[in-house]
Amino acid sequence: MKIIIIGNGMVGYKFCEKLVERSPAAFDITVFGEELRPAYDRVHLSDYFIGKSGEDLHLNTEAWYAQNKITLHLGDPVTGINRPEKTITSFKGITLPYDVLVMATGSAAMVPPIHGVEKKGVFVYRTIEDLDLIRGYAKNAKKAAVLGGGLLGLEAAKAMLDLGIKKTHVIEFAPRLMPRQLDDIGAATLKNKLTALGLSIHTLKHTYQVLGEERVTGIQFADESELSVDMLVISTGIKARDELASQCGIETGARGGIVVNDQLQTSDPSVFAIGECAVHKDMIYGLVAPGYEMAEVLASHLCQAKAGGSRTGKKTFTGFDMSTKLKLVGTDVASFGDPFISTEKVRTILFEDKLNGIYKRLNISSDGKHLLGGILVGEASGYNMLLQQYKNKMLLPSNPEDLILMQRDDKKESSDSIASLPDDALICSCEGVTKDTICRSVSESGCETIDAIKKCTKAGTGCGGCVPMMKDLLVHTMKLNGKYIRNVLCEHFAYSRQELYDLIKIHGLKSFNEVLDRFGKGDGCELCKPPVSSILASLWNEMILKKGNDTAQDSNDRFLANIQKGGTYSVVPRIPGGEITPDKLIAIGGVAKKYNLYTKITGAQRIDLFGAHISDLPLIWEELIAAGFESGHAYGKALRTVKSCVGSTWCRFGLHDSVSYAIRIEERYRGLRAPHKLKSAVSGCIRECAEARSKDFGIIATEKGWNLFVCGNGGSKPQHAVLLASDIDSETCIKYIDRFLMFYITTADPLTRTAPWLNKMEGGIDYLRNVVVHDSLGMGVQWEKDMQLLVDSYSCEWKAAIENPEIRKRFNHFVNAPAQKDPAVQFDELRGQKKPASWNKITG
Amino acid sequence: MNNAEPVCAIERKNWFQACRVEDVVHNGGVCVKYGEQQIALFHFTRRKEWFAIQNECPHKMQMALSRGMIGTQQDEPKVACPFHKKTFSLVTGQCLSGDECAIETYPVKVENGHVYIFI
Ligand code: SRM
Ligand SMILES: Cc1cc2nc3c(=O)[nH]c(=O)nc-3n(C[C@H](O)[C@H](O)[C@H](O)COP(=O)(O)OP(=O)(O)OC[C@H]3O[C@@H](n4cnc5c(N)ncnc54)[C@H](O)[C@@H]3O)c2cc1C
Ligand code: SF4
Ligand code: FES
Repeated sequence: MKIIIIGNGMVGYKFCEKLVERSPAAFDITVFGEELRPAYDRVHLSDYFIGKSGEDLHLNTEAWYAQNKITLHLGDPVTGINRPEKTITSFKGITLPYDVLVMATGSAAMVPPIHGVEKKGVFVYRTIEDLDLIRGYAKNAKKAAVLGGGLLGLEAAKAMLDLGIKKTHVIEFAPRLMPRQLDDIGAATLKNKLTALGLSIHTLKHTYQVLGEERVTGIQFADESELSVDMLVISTGIKARDELASQCGIETGARGGIVVNDQLQTSDPSVFAIGECAVHKDMIYGLVAPGYEMAEVLASHLCQAKAGGSRTGKKTFTGFDMSTKLKLVGTDVASFGDPFISTEKVRTILFEDKLNGIYKRLNISSDGKHLLGGILVGEASGYNMLLQQYKNKMLLPSNPEDLILMQRDDKKESSDSIASLPDDALICSCEGVTKDTICRSVSESGCETIDAIKKCTKAGTGCGGCVPMMKDLLVHTMKLNGKYIRNVLCEHFAYSRQELYDLIKIHGLKSFNEVLDRFGKGDGCELCKPPVSSILASLWNEMILKKGNDTAQDSNDRFLANIQKGGTYSVVPRIPGGEITPDKLIAIGGVAKKYNLYTKITGAQRIDLFGAHISDLPLIWEELIAAGFESGHAYGKALRTVKSCVGSTWCRFGLHDSVSYAIRIEERYRGLRAPHKLKSAVSGCIRECAEARSKDFGIIATEKGWNLFVCGNGGSKPQHAVLLASDIDSETCIKYIDRFLMFYITTADPLTRTAPWLNKMEGGIDYLRNVVVHDSLGMGVQWEKDMQLLVDSYSCEWKAAIENPEIRKRFNHFVNAPAQKDPAVQFDELRGQKKPASWNKITG
Repeated sequence: MNNAEPVCAIERKNWFQACRVEDVVHNGGVCVKYGEQQIALFHFTRRKEWFAIQNECPHKMQMALSRGMIGTQQDEPKVACPFHKKTFSLVTGQCLSGDECAIETYPVKVENGHVYIFI
């Protein structure tokens, strides 16, 4: 069967995936896409401005299409359909016959008829090309406006902030923001939050014209007021791409869109439409999940038709829920079911916290039994559960207000409610996966990790919003099956990290192979080797590349450097406390020049040299060590840096010498290996210029001594460190840090930073304080001794590596041509330094 | 193993002498240069097995698999790419992390302390 798909957007791609998944090679599939790149993740389009590349967003590689025998014509839109002949013609002149034609042409940004929208500096927000144009123009813009205060408009506004345009206006025609999802109070709450972030919100504004000669200089409203801006992004809605369909006489809707029935069939029985271009029962769905459902229905329909299947049991498209949750500039906003409904038959529960900018609304049936819809602004952690209650028409608890009031990380609550979800509750709407399917993947297919469930069911592979609920279901099902959820390392070790730590210590084991022979089975893997190696290092502090432990180290530890794009490595010498002499700076500069390395000041007060060939690493370190440097352990799950502020020696506010103390701390714990990396900082006064409260342990000077804070974290889930002890002297502070670190090292799970470790600890900071300060476990002296042993046995592992010919010879790219460097390594130039050629370029 | 292949033909597969046994780390890999090609060679000492695969990881086309960590999954030998930890079977070349991509594998033999790859 010859299938031609017009449009290679999100839904068109998903349809291909579903077809080849069901019946590989049953169809002869050709895809025409107007855009130059293969289908990409439009939902996360804005990530393009915060570091994701075009390729990162691609849903699959071009090679995937080839492997699945799908012919892909990119940059070649279909321009004509000859329905009687059943052929299409493309822009580049290809004419092809089809048996089935699938239109997945999506939609375009709707541009309202405003005078002057054709001026330079006016953009829409739909494709990667649009974003490239916006980014280019934004370089010379200081003020921007976004037309449209709906879902997409606010996302575009956030993007403008991300691009560094501090003065960004949002202009909305309706009296409030997100008029389709929020009520007045919800919109007002959101407006306050967004205003605080620097957006200027103008509602009830009717835009009359775009001002400016050739390029936009401002906008004028119907009330004749004006706003001066350098650029304008229009995001006032979408318009289905139905032009091709209507041109060949296929029925289109009164308000646009290609009309389809429950089988997604258009008025021509051989032509189907899916995604945002389709109008089903007068509805156009501007979201990806309904589009995916359409792709699923059509794929199953065609596969059955192909297999000559009967019509019974055939999937149909019967509409879709439009509930949404989005993250706007760090503010949660969600709206589900009917958010506005307010007749006499409805009870409305409202919660508003003006100070913290939280608003919640639940609409429930007057008998109090069912949830009909609702709104969450400022705090939406309960969204998934509420949506399930609504969709599955579940009976509400007797005090339904608890649903929005009691969500204070009460884990028990959430797992109880998980249990009460019906089996057919749709957990992942992107992939259409139910609770039952997920639970069965755990109990029947033996999935015991989120990754395994993803692989087995595809749940959580779309927008990812359901992953927290998948986790709860996983834990819940394992418990039901009587599985004691011990965090065992992997299939080779039936022990948790803490148990193994104790066993290795008691039995005095020194190598990965000994540990595996004694307490494990099989041959190990990438899940157990790094944590066991880390335990060995934390216990004995021996050179990590000896005793056959080299290949049990994570790849970065094995080569004592972080691997970079293209296969080169970075070099980060330790610069304790961030203090460095001019001579040492010159030495670093000299080495960087000699080996042609990219240099950059890191976010943690030291210098990173990037782009070293593997065989140059020993040579580079030889020179750095001769100049007085040592390894900075930037590659290890180990102590990284202790940041300092300049402190009392120079600073007029400084209370103590924070630099000297930071250097002392860094030299004490340098190289200390732990379940995850460790960072610290010392500030000379409460102004906190060293950002100590974002560190695993941070120290801040007080009039009387130091305040010690612990378990802070930057990264993706930032968390401030909490006070462990106040006004302590330097020696006590070190004693507490020794105990704190040893407690963490002995008990944390692999790859758990101190912040999540504390979050999981029963009793929290009070318990931790009892253990560390009041020595409630009686381990204090032992831990201090253990730590002293590690401190005394420290030596620079790079020094050991360059002095050992056996280790040194491992730093070659080719085993049979040691003098040659990897020819695949390629560089481009950027601002007078080198950078790795992009992933894309290397692929050719 | 049988080494009866003719030695001269260029386009024909043959046993390529890669290196000596002691050149290869235990339970890990090295990269072998074969003309313009790069091959990752592993000595899975614990299992007394040798494996050879393409050095390039198909995920982002990185010449890196020889530096990956090896191990087993349900007794199937595998390697994890150092970049994003995608894992590949050393026996079949199949991607074990649920991706479509697979890699090339090559037979290996050891004779008189030398390691040969059939390529
Ligand atoms: C170089 C540097 C960025 C820069 O140019 O400034 C950097 C670069 C990397 N960071 Fe970072 N981080 C750098 C400072 C930070 C900081 C800021 C700081 O340390 O003050 C943070 C937030 C603070 C924190 O950790 O709490 C930070 C949070 C992360 C995280 C998230 C950790 C978390 O707990 O969520 C990762 C991922 C991880 O470790 O799993 C990461 C991982 C990485 C890796 C190792 C990713 C990788 O695997 O390739 C990067 C490679 C470094 C290299 O090759 O040398 N980097 N990274 C900074 C090196 C600092 C140094 O001198 O050692
Ligand atoms: C910034 C932004 C944020 C979004 N956020 C969310 C969100 O959080 N949640 C959510 O559910 N949805 C979101 N969406 C909507 C989501 O992206 C769309 O619902 C989804 O992309 C629709 O998929 P589609 O395949 O129908 O259309 P598209 O992805 O638009 O693909 C259609 C493709 O067809 C091509 N085409 C058109 N005509 C032709 C022709 N004649 N020949 C060949 N090719 C043609 C187009 O160029 C396009 O590449 C967002 C959209 C944007 C723009
Ligand atoms: S914290 Fe700031 S103000 Fe205080 S000593 Fe350091 S630099 Fe000075
Ligand atoms: S490059 Fe190998 S896993 Fe990404």
